[in-house]
Amino acid sequence: MERFIRLDARACPLGLANVDTDQLIPARFMSRPRSEGYGRFLLHDLRFGADGQSLGFPLDVPRHAGAAVIVARRNFGTGSSREAAVYALWDYGIRCVIAPSFGDIFASNAVKNGLLPAQVSPEDAEAILALLEVAEVPRLVVDLESQRIELDDRAFPFSIDRVRRLQLLNGWDDLDLTRRHAEEIAAFRARRLAEAPWLLPS
Amino acid sequence: MQQARTLFDKVWDSHVIVTREDGESLLWVDRHFVHEGSHHAFRQVEARGLAVAEPALTFGVADHYVPTRNRPAIADPEIAGMVERLSANAVRHGFRLFGLEDPDQGIVHVVGPEQGLTLPGLLVVCGDSHTSTHGALGAYAFGIGASEVAHVLMTQTLWQRKPKRMRIRIEGALAPGLSAKDLALHVIRTIGADGARGHALEYAGAAISALSMEGRLTLCNMSIEAGARCAMVAPDAVTFAYLRGRPLAPQGEAFERACAVWRGLASDPGAVFDRDIALDASAIAPLVTWGVSPEDALPIDARVPDPASETDPARAGYLEQALAYMGLRAGMPLEEVAVDRVFIGSCTNARIEDLRAAAAILRGRKATVPGLVSPGSSRVKAQAEAEGLDRVFREAGLEWADSGCSMCVGMNGDLVGPGERCASTTNRNFRGRQGKDARTHLMSPAMVAAAAVTGRLTDLRKLAGG
Repeated sequence: MERFIRLDARACPLGLANVDTDQLIPARFMSRPRSEGYGRFLLHDLRFGADGQSLGFPLDVPRHAGAAVIVARRNFGTGSSREAAVYALWDYGIRCVIAPSFGDIFASNAVKNGLLPAQVSPEDAEAILALLEVAEVPRLVVDLESQRIELDDRAFPFSIDRVRRLQLLNGWDDLDLTRRHAEEIAAFRARRLAEAPWLLPS
Repeated sequence: MQQARTLFDKVWDSHVIVTREDGESLLWVDRHFVHEGSHHAFRQVEARGLAVAEPALTFGVADHYVPTRNRPAIADPEIAGMVERLSANAVRHGFRLFGLEDPDQGIVHVVGPEQGLTLPGLLVVCGDSHTSTHGALGAYAFGIGASEVAHVLMTQTLWQRKPKRMRIRIEGALAPGLSAKDLALHVIRTIGADGARGHALEYAGAAISALSMEGRLTLCNMSIEAGARCAMVAPDAVTFAYLRGRPLAPQGEAFERACAVWRGLASDPGAVFDRDIALDASAIAPLVTWGVSPEDALPIDARVPDPASETDPARAGYLEQALAYMGLRAGMPLEEVAVDRVFIGSCTNARIEDLRAAAAILRGRKATVPGLVSPGSSRVKAQAEAEGLDRVFREAGLEWADSGCSMCVGMNGDLVGPGERCASTTNRNFRGRQGKDARTHLMSPAMVAAAAVTGRLTDLRKLAGG
């Protein structure tokens, strides 16, 4: 997994609340193999009309070209557990989403793919959105070590679960951690099934 | 003396293998359901050259993409490939598959409880957010992403941080004609689409005790739409009666031994919840959604919200965009909203009780708009046919189809057309959920049946008993 330490990048203000994972990647694209790249499916139906023409969505205006950060309002990534939503963001080039709250499953999926869900207060989200709109170049710095977002001469703190922070900083993989506990897992399994054999469906 | 524990605490504690210094716990998984959409996870397992750790605790169900007509043929080669890949993985790794030709096939969250695979006190996961459904039986059940599915396949465990505990007590009785769907929409509109985020939810109170198992499954199913990590109802006599004799539940003496354990699965008196909310079921009217989030729900006799009367500009902007997408006029009565079609199905509302409630409205009446009925499982379908419910739907003019996720998510091609408006028993009214530019109104099965009869959103109480 790629490590996330510090990112200095262009940011795209979305200003939308409740951006669900059906928006992030519509279901009809999910049977495609990942090897094709999922970036072009990101927020597809908000970005493209019936003939594939651009609808002028913020991601597609020249000012936000190459954005690696998205800033949104509350409850980003709500809904379906589809990890393909994270694949779409990642393959597009997004490495961090800043919002006042995230869907739990989305946030977990994000970290497992190296993408940072940075939680800010609702007031700070509004301030960042407003600053990005008026900035000459909509650019900001996300520093995971200090858990700070820097924009112009302002700094905003963000929160993230401390374990997830370490995973992102170190690029840790869950499976490597789990394997260290193989003996404890085997002992737990044996004990559980001995105490209640009916747990194993016949 | 041991500290008073919540139901969730008890189930959590019994699954902890180790807890790291940083607070993350490694949990044992009792039941892992996979479906044909889990292909990303199986690819990760293959890439590591590993096998499925516990095939006897792994169950495959073909539901997300399967056709609901002309089975077992699958016309779309891409979908056929996905379903074949699931079958091949089941053979290769040696787990039980509820495939397309299996009489026990259905939607994973209907099949698990129906087969007796989901039991009180178990930890249940699946790569689908509506796994919260299984908590209705007192299980700790939650949806996971593909990376976690792969981790469970390879280790039968998951790393989790213990969520906070939240209780919603609902006292009072639902008015006649109302159902668990109305309760669920009431909860979501009250606390918001992220109101239970980060929390393990327990439902309690007289209105919950009075619910059938089908109703509890609906309520726990929709809890993810309030952002809950999981939702639970303490097992009781309703639970035990539902489980007794289920094909894959413990049988005979083993069932009695299990019941003795399950009776202890209730929150202790004095157990502390991080949040505790009280609601009144008797105050609820039939609810429908008008917007693009499940929290956008209002009583059927209300009017579409007006952005002009909002003081918060962000909220006004949200309303404007939602109304534009939904093609609704600010301030119009919800009962004047005309629908183009109806859908009765999904893991939320396609169990036998749901089909009976819809059929009770449709019996002897004609639908004025087209519609599709897809039972929650092939068993539910067979039972509905034995009760003659299929005839009621067909005679009303609705299409009676096979079981799958169908028009709830549209992956199999059962779609609501662009700009079309659908009254639906499903769980998500997100933009494009039922098809590109489709407009979804969520409501109970009886309310969908009422909308089918009149061709517009309708208070079922005006039709009930008529």
